Amino acid sequence: MSNAVYDIITSTHLNYHQKLNNLCHEAENTLNVLELPEKFKYFYEYGALCDMNEGNAPYRPRYVMVDFEKFVRQGSKFLRIDPPKNLDELLWALEVLYTYIPSITTKPVYLGNIDLLIDPFLEGMTDEEILPRLERFLGFCDRVIANAYSHANIGPKATRAGRLLLQLEAKLQLEVPNLSLKYDPDITPDDFAEQAILCSLKCGNPAICNHKAHKDTYSFDYGISSCYNILPLRGGAYTLSRLVLPRLAKMAKSVDDFMDNLLPEACQALGEYMNARVSFLVEKSGFFQSDFLAQEGLVERERFVGMYGIAGLCDCVNLLLADKGQRYGNSKEADDLADRIMTYVQNFVANFPAKYSEIAGGHFLLHAQAGLATDEGVTSGVRIVVGDEPANLLDHLRHSARFHRFFPTGCSDIFPFDSTAERNPAALLDIVKGAFQIGDKYCAFYGADGDMVRITGYLVKKSDLEKYDRGEVVLQDNVINGSSNYKLNRLQDRKVQSV
Amino acid sequence: MLTAPINKILPYSVVDGPGNRVAIFVQKCNIHCAYCHNPETQNLCSGCGACVEGCPAGALKMEQGRVVWDEKLCCGCDRCIKVCPNHASPKVTPMTAQQVFAKVCESIPFIRGITVSGGECGLYPEFLMELFRLAHTKGLSCLMDSNGTIDLSRYPELMEICDGVMLDVKSWKEETFRQLTGSGNEVVKKNLKYLADSEKLTEVRIVCLPGMVDAEDCILGISRTLSGEQIRRLPLKLIRFRHFGVKGALENHPSPDLAYMQGLEALARAQGFEKILIL
Repeated sequence: MSNAVYDIITSTHLNYHQKLNNLCHEAENTLNVLELPEKFKYFYEYGALCDMNEGNAPYRPRYVMVDFEKFVRQGSKFLRIDPPKNLDELLWALEVLYTYIPSITTKPVYLGNIDLLIDPFLEGMTDEEILPRLERFLGFCDRVIANAYSHANIGPKATRAGRLLLQLEAKLQLEVPNLSLKYDPDITPDDFAEQAILCSLKCGNPAICNHKAHKDTYSFDYGISSCYNILPLRGGAYTLSRLVLPRLAKMAKSVDDFMDNLLPEACQALGEYMNARVSFLVEKSGFFQSDFLAQEGLVERERFVGMYGIAGLCDCVNLLLADKGQRYGNSKEADDLADRIMTYVQNFVANFPAKYSEIAGGHFLLHAQAGLATDEGVTSGVRIVVGDEPANLLDHLRHSARFHRFFPTGCSDIFPFDSTAERNPAALLDIVKGAFQIGDKYCAFYGADGDMVRITGYLVKKSDLEKYDRGEVVLQDNVINGSSNYKLNRLQDRKVQSV
Repeated sequence: MLTAPINKILPYSVVDGPGNRVAIFVQKCNIHCAYCHNPETQNLCSGCGACVEGCPAGALKMEQGRVVWDEKLCCGCDRCIKVCPNHASPKVTPMTAQQVFAKVCESIPFIRGITVSGGECGLYPEFLMELFRLAHTKGLSCLMDSNGTIDLSRYPELMEICDGVMLDVKSWKEETFRQLTGSGNEVVKKNLKYLADSEKLTEVRIVCLPGMVDAEDCILGISRTLSGEQIRRLPLKLIRFRHFGVKGALENHPSPDLAYMQGLEALARAQGFEKILIL
């Protein structure tokens, strides 16, 4: 331990806040307070089960989805903030609150449906009065939060605030906030959706979320946090842990051994581990008992879920069928096996009793986990590995729809486009409409020639990756994760969609 | 069964009309533009066999005086197209409207329509009618991408079910047009007016190449031919000549610079065009 601490303290590659976060992590990991199931330890050794480096002693939920509308209505006693009466007061109040929202990253991962929060305060103001204020607000997110897991939502309806935010996004080229448009063709007008798509080709933001597919996930409204987690508002996720399927596949003697022995054991062990983690957080950590967010009703314990993640379905199937040369995304046999694996996991999760999971009917919910910085040979969630993407984008989207269906709490694809697409955002919108109609849940576009690149679901600038790789200190936290992920997953080789 | 020779079907295209569309390229053209970027679509295969010998994938063979192409073996290197002395391609399949429609259906629900390009699609009016009728059963809009040299007013039934025509106005002066294409442009001008008046003119394109194309005269000529309101609503695409795919005298010719294109844009704007796109 002491070496790790010494290395953090003396690093010339981390900024002050990054050092502080890493030191916190080391301190937390001096404890061993979770009752870990033996089988979990066993699979953990092989890397087949993964705790996402959440730390040994959870003292805050992984993702907190503050009910910002409620905050705007009631203000906060703890923060001594009255309900805002004008745009300046609103933006200031949000900025203050943001700095007090905990998460696994130490920064807020959900910033609210910001267009709907802002829009009521724009009456009587000109664009010239509004734009510099919104620019400073976005600048606060980018420079002070400085963490690209921080996610703001817009839509599904078009608002003046939404349009102005998109206008600024395209101009400012910011990694933070990460931005998603909740899109529903019955609610979102085409011109607004086209503005969003054109914006994404220019700066990577926003990604497009299938609102119809997600709006009834919970008995309460949802928000999108971090790398596309669909979570209940005024709640969030206690934890996200995952099955790393290819590492489990490496332990298997055969497909049957994988399906009949390893997968059931690993699923059970992960469920038990997550229950141990959630129990400590709820019963011992004091978060839900003492944090002002809980005390003031901005979050409610009953609206939290545990996210049961899977990663690397593609690599898992490719390993299991290596002797036959059948590959996920390109072979019926491979895709059918993938479907069988996911069907098993889905049934397991639907039946496994999860503690403190009222909002999800007493169970965990499946999530297609998009990756860790250190993942090698583990493709995000159920995505097709880079290099194996189908030649026809429509085939790719059909494949995605088949596997997105398993995941209520987030599953996504990322597509870089060449610059031709900018001429006709309506065409990309047609593709999105088709994709969502057949069940795709989420897609993100970016311009292949631009500086911005989407890693697992967050944005970084290629120029920042180069800077960090030269040994320089960087402002944005995600550059550190992005640097290794970009290389390990060969993201520079993603198939550029040319249309 | 009525067929048309089909060169290629793109399952999705963002550059062939509004929104995302299946683009269908028919083989054969009635003119021969010097700047044609897919000259291999101009003629039907003459069966000379020049391409067969060197095919690296063995996908071409002679059978009863005709070149036969095996799509499954084809590696897509396009060598056959490069060596063809006849501005043709062996990779052309005669297809019925029904067969083309089956390919179109594979792209539903990701598309809003189809565009038939070429070659010159106006050479196959009956095929188009059949295809468009089928496409309309799926709610797809149907566009023609045409060089305008076939008098479309002679096909009122086709124009009734065609949702719009993307029209090339390649040059305005008869002599310039003839030099560029080997044919006259009286019919193009007639089509321009006819399509605009019958509200079937989806867009007008000019490929811009100073010295070869009188783009300025085109802009002025179009604006004199149509009403102010028609001009205001008409999308005008000013396309920079690019040498990619071009065979013959222009195959290494440079593209016009942006300043020239912006000059054209300003001229068009002065004539009342509002929807101008430089490509």
